Amino acid sequence: MPRLQTSAELEALRAKILAGRDPARPSIAVCGGAACDGLDSAAVAAALAAEIKNQGAGAKIDFRVTGCHGFCNKGPNVLVGPDDVCYFEVKPEDASEVITSALKGEVVDRLVYRDPASGEKAVHMSEVPFYKHQMRILTGDIPRIDPTRITDYIAIGGYSALAKALSQMSSDQVLQEVKKANLRGRGGGGFPAGLKWETTKNAPEKTKYVIVNGHEGESAAFMDRAMLTGNPHRVLEGLIIGGYAIGAQQGYIYTRHDSPSMAKHITAALEQARELGLLGKNILGSGFDFDVELHFDVGIFVSGESSALMRSIEGNPPEPRPKYIRTSVSGIWDKPSNLNNVETWANVPEIINRGADWYTSIGSEKSKGTKLVSLSGHVVNSGVVEVPMGTPLRTIVFDIGGGVPEGKAPKAIHFGGAMGGSIPIDLIDAPLDFDGMAKLGAPIGAGGLLLMNEDTDMVEIARYLLDFLVKESCGKCVPCREGMYQMLKILTNIIEGKGRKFDLERLADLTEVTSLGSLCALGKTSSDPLKSMLRYFKSEFEERIAAGSQTT
Amino acid sequence: MCKQKISGIIEKYRGKPGAVIHALTEIQHANHWLPRAVMQEVADALGVPFSQVMQIASFYKTFSLTPKGRHEVHVCTGMTCHLRGGARLMEKVAEITGLTPGETDTDAKFSLEAGSCLGSCSIGPELIVDGKHYGRMTPERAADVLKQYE
Repeated sequence: MPRLQTSAELEALRAKILAGRDPARPSIAVCGGAACDGLDSAAVAAALAAEIKNQGAGAKIDFRVTGCHGFCNKGPNVLVGPDDVCYFEVKPEDASEVITSALKGEVVDRLVYRDPASGEKAVHMSEVPFYKHQMRILTGDIPRIDPTRITDYIAIGGYSALAKALSQMSSDQVLQEVKKANLRGRGGGGFPAGLKWETTKNAPEKTKYVIVNGHEGESAAFMDRAMLTGNPHRVLEGLIIGGYAIGAQQGYIYTRHDSPSMAKHITAALEQARELGLLGKNILGSGFDFDVELHFDVGIFVSGESSALMRSIEGNPPEPRPKYIRTSVSGIWDKPSNLNNVETWANVPEIINRGADWYTSIGSEKSKGTKLVSLSGHVVNSGVVEVPMGTPLRTIVFDIGGGVPEGKAPKAIHFGGAMGGSIPIDLIDAPLDFDGMAKLGAPIGAGGLLLMNEDTDMVEIARYLLDFLVKESCGKCVPCREGMYQMLKILTNIIEGKGRKFDLERLADLTEVTSLGSLCALGKTSSDPLKSMLRYFKSEFEERIAAGSQTT
Repeated sequence: MCKQKISGIIEKYRGKPGAVIHALTEIQHANHWLPRAVMQEVADALGVPFSQVMQIASFYKTFSLTPKGRHEVHVCTGMTCHLRGGARLMEKVAEITGLTPGETDTDAKFSLEAGSCLGSCSIGPELIVDGKHYGRMTPERAADVLKQYE
């Protein structure tokens, strides 16, 4: 493909791609997301492709393997266009029937969703309860594109926000729009992205960097992977726009090394964007130069922490730095570096395209836009969920998630992985909101929502989470390295029936010191789950200690 | 053949001291472990002290300083898998292979690792062998899966 010199050439290319496509033509989209892949969706895709060939239907039907559709535990997922018929738990044997029906515009009845309680059918995506209650602004396009083809992304309007920013807006205007939209960082803290951008923009150094944090080390969080694997160009477009607003020349995408398809898709996206001149010198004739490098985490949790991540990009061991040196001012090679997570960047094109007013019309008072949530644990429907900020947890857990399987009662909701917190099920009407959830003691974190049933042993979960963090501590600072170890020891003793009087007081002391004295967020928030569990489930700890002292 | 592959990787990064992690990652993927001599070659080619290569190789969990088995067995110990019985699965896999996480057997058949969350939470608990995911795994079915590997 020739390099695009202007925004008009991008529009011409888009028109040409669309002219070659018929929206009414049947299409087959096989999910190749992490869970479907684990359920061997590759075999289903191969069978469907072979069947299309067999029936000589290549010219009559579009076929693509896509990123995550969302409804992971019902995989392998297949979506049949043009009217979005959802098939679940598809097997290679179903291929011929799926293709034959798609060509005739019919539906394979036995593969559609049935409500487990009422047996009621739901054929189309908009009717399936799991999807019906969502607002899929960021993820809705994933089933519509083959992530390895930039033309698919351009066909759905891709890079139009970049063209708009470069040709119609000054870098200040882009920054103001993001500030006005009140886009808050999706990585955990919920810090306003616009303010962070501004700090880096105003830093005196000329060389500046922008970074996508796609580390996603948070246990039970898988939505950033879904986003980055399923639609890498959207994240990249956001990053380029951010680079323009901030005045950066170089971007980095930092992600996991253990997801081969993610690495492949990002690499392809970068190559194709470069070929079209959406990366490189003088992007779309605007005079703006920008390029992106891909870096991998090699298996340690703390490298998701911003300052540690930047050390890792430099090629050094990922030891965090004290927070008083802000990475926005002094990051990679001591240059101003703005880091946001995958989901934050993915929001940017939408804000530029549709404007801050549209964006702020979605969400709660202080948290705008939608939020991706990885829904898992003891829940009937598990997968990647996107809902407006402010959605009550009840909607996510029951309407979308379908409640707890095996007729059990829910007990607690855990947010934010090993550094998050658990709240009792009585608080299920709380809205999904950065500040609200943090006040309750279960900050959203990156967005891993884990439902726990009545059989869950909270003391054991607290111990399990600390055990994970003890192994992941980099060991540089004492409060984190030793504080967590002592907490783990006390919790292990309680579980083994060797709990002692004053253990809970000792734990409270340790949580305080570790939170205050640690260098980085790993240590500072390591005791958050424990704090939340002591807040809401203290009696379980007391009972365990009392029971232990009776037997000894 | 593997030696050639390793040399190829090292050549790609010659003279780039910032690329230690990239070079080591690729070698680890190709060779499954990092022999001392190879780390020395990386240090010489990229122009960094051996101690820095060693620091990185010993810090990150992905890198192995000892040889690995022909098959890498991971049991996911992420939160969802844990809630759904990942610990029992790990016990069973440990019993079948006779290994504790981090070990390799004397025939160099299996290496067992406790893998952190790989994001397939919806189908946990998971057993992963050489990158192939086996979802909804039960302790009872684990033996059948592992039997397929020679």
